Amino acid sequence: MNKLLLLGDEAIAQAGIDAGMSGMYAYPGTPSTEIMEFVQASPEASSGKIHREWSANEKTAMEASLGMSYAGKRSMVAMKHVGLNVAADGFVNAAITGVNGGLIVIAADDPSMHSSQNEQDSRFYGKFAFVPVFEPSNQQEAYDMVFDGFELSEKYRVPVMLRITTRLAHSRSGVARRKATPQNELTLPSDPRQFVLLPAIARKRYHSLLGIYESIREEKISSSYNVYTKRGDKRLGIIAFGLANNYLAESYRDSEIPYSTLKIVTYPVKDSLFNEIAKGCEEILVLEDGYPIMEELLKGILPGGKTIRGRLDGSIPREGELNPDIVSKALGLPVMIGSEIPSVVKMRPPSFCKGCGHADMYLALMEALGDYTPGRVFSDIGCYTLGALPPYNAINSCVDMGASVTMAVGASDAGLVPSVSVIGDSTFTHSGMTGLLDAVLKNSPVTVIISDNSTTGMTGGQRSAATDRIESICLGIGIDPQHLRVIIPLRKNHDENVSIMKEELCYKGVSVIIARRECIQTATKKKKSEATRKDNQ
Amino acid sequence: MRNDIILSGVGGQGILSIAAAIGLAAVDNNLYLKQSEVHGMSQRGGDVQSNLRISDSPIASDLIPLGTASIIISVEPMESLRYLPWLSETGWLVTNSVPFINIPDYPAQDQIISEIKKVKNHVILDADAIAKDAGSARSGNMVVLGAASHYIDLPYESIKNAVAKLFRKKGEEIVAVNLKALEAGRSFKMG
Repeated sequence: MNKLLLLGDEAIAQAGIDAGMSGMYAYPGTPSTEIMEFVQASPEASSGKIHREWSANEKTAMEASLGMSYAGKRSMVAMKHVGLNVAADGFVNAAITGVNGGLIVIAADDPSMHSSQNEQDSRFYGKFAFVPVFEPSNQQEAYDMVFDGFELSEKYRVPVMLRITTRLAHSRSGVARRKATPQNELTLPSDPRQFVLLPAIARKRYHSLLGIYESIREEKISSSYNVYTKRGDKRLGIIAFGLANNYLAESYRDSEIPYSTLKIVTYPVKDSLFNEIAKGCEEILVLEDGYPIMEELLKGILPGGKTIRGRLDGSIPREGELNPDIVSKALGLPVMIGSEIPSVVKMRPPSFCKGCGHADMYLALMEALGDYTPGRVFSDIGCYTLGALPPYNAINSCVDMGASVTMAVGASDAGLVPSVSVIGDSTFTHSGMTGLLDAVLKNSPVTVIISDNSTTGMTGGQRSAATDRIESICLGIGIDPQHLRVIIPLRKNHDENVSIMKEELCYKGVSVIIARRECIQTATKKKKSEATRKDNQ
Repeated sequence: MRNDIILSGVGGQGILSIAAAIGLAAVDNNLYLKQSEVHGMSQRGGDVQSNLRISDSPIASDLIPLGTASIIISVEPMESLRYLPWLSETGWLVTNSVPFINIPDYPAQDQIISEIKKVKNHVILDADAIAKDAGSARSGNMVVLGAASHYIDLPYESIKNAVAKLFRKKGEEIVAVNLKALEAGRSFKMG
């Protein structure tokens, strides 16, 4: 059969379409974005009428996905790891309600923080919520696990997590497709109170969830992915989780692995597998991408057990993504190194695109703030976070989606007046609006700059839920129309923009300044596609 | 057969088109392939790379181990040097000579050129000028691919077909220009 060449993200998307998914929900976030993008572009998804609009944030995506499951249909929801923090309330409680139609939650982790604020490990959330986790080691497994994930989800009526990392999300390989499954019919849950988590019902459901979680350890649909291979050399046993299996195989590319190995790609794991490998070897090496979750579990807290090597004893670095060289070194195998990077090579951090409106907004803001002491600009997650870098050095925080508004409120409460928030349009509708309501309710002396490039820029230009709505949202929340200003961040408007910002900085209440100019990337793309269209006419 | 290729450049310079062309050609020859890309923040003018592995036997890791890459293909000279720890002793470095300067401390060009010349097997060419002569200043990436094609274990015909396939959607004219750029890179000889 012909294989498709797909990114890990795309393999998951294609599998969702093939496995009879009726709805895909997501908010863009690296490295998960391409899952939804693939579904949106798919002609099969279009003919199957699969719902596939971006959600306002990960929490709304999670809940919409649960709603589709309630109605008996299969759905997937995708987010980056920190997005799962936003969706956590829905996620943890979806385990208690259980599902009706199959529900897969895709959490895309980013060890080494290629494009994130932290490297949290979503497997913790799986354990925390008693949700089974699939952790594919390659693109084909990612595809297959969507099919089996749906089956597991519907058999036990629980959500299933698919945990991937950047390396798999953004790496391409051949994937063989399975025969497509039709979508489910609309069917309501047989127990009308299943989703009503009043304490009396929740207690029962929680009790049953704990039982289900234990049963899943032995369940073939998931546990057949985990493979114990017994080999002769008893000095070491290797337990490799997810992607680490590839690095292990790479380390022994030209020879046979001498030690017994245990490949784990689904959780929870039955204890007997661990016991079996431990019994037959003197020491254990644990290879896992992310936190040393399983290593800690295997080690326990009391002394006297078997020697377990991994991230906790320094055999593997405590932080950061695994790679074949780290694994080879831990196995005592030679690591070749080419020549060193010459000292003339300089760092090349990301920067604003040439002609970016955020840059002009910052130039105006820096001048407008010239008379104040520094340290009062709270920013947020998006391209405009690059205002932290030279030559701007314009912002003092970047924490989580929406924190610019609420941190400015708190700092102004403490006496830092004026406090300034800089937030993007998509981030504003994701999680900035509720913070703005806090500010309005107490009339905080803050100036909120919404740097509106009319797209979700950092992740590649997805639709922004804020487009054409920011003014009405702000007025609806209660911003005084006198202090809702709109500027166009262009060099030629610099002086005018500075004076508008100065006026609002003096105001002892909430002001919103919308700095609106289309993202230079999406504007160029639009121009190009219009030109191609004209050429083809 | 196994080629481990590192593609490098600056976000927005088109290294993923090179990767896609080699990838298509590899699939055309029924080879295994793994290609790791950089998406997200670095694409905004930062350094970007792609690990592209093709082989006639299954490939385990998405990442290339240190000291084993057979080629570095770079559309920017300073970026070509960033990945030397991955290049094998017998590997080739093929790079554009035209710098992309978007940082204040970009080194002097002759320093970079002299470091590139220290690599035993290297090809350095002004891909921008060659592309311009071939008809499109924006096809420098295809010129670099053409120059590197000698060191990739794929039939040149397959690479040509892949480039044609890659640009087909954009019209015949764009296909022709890119094929011309590829050819010009292929026939480049170090002076």
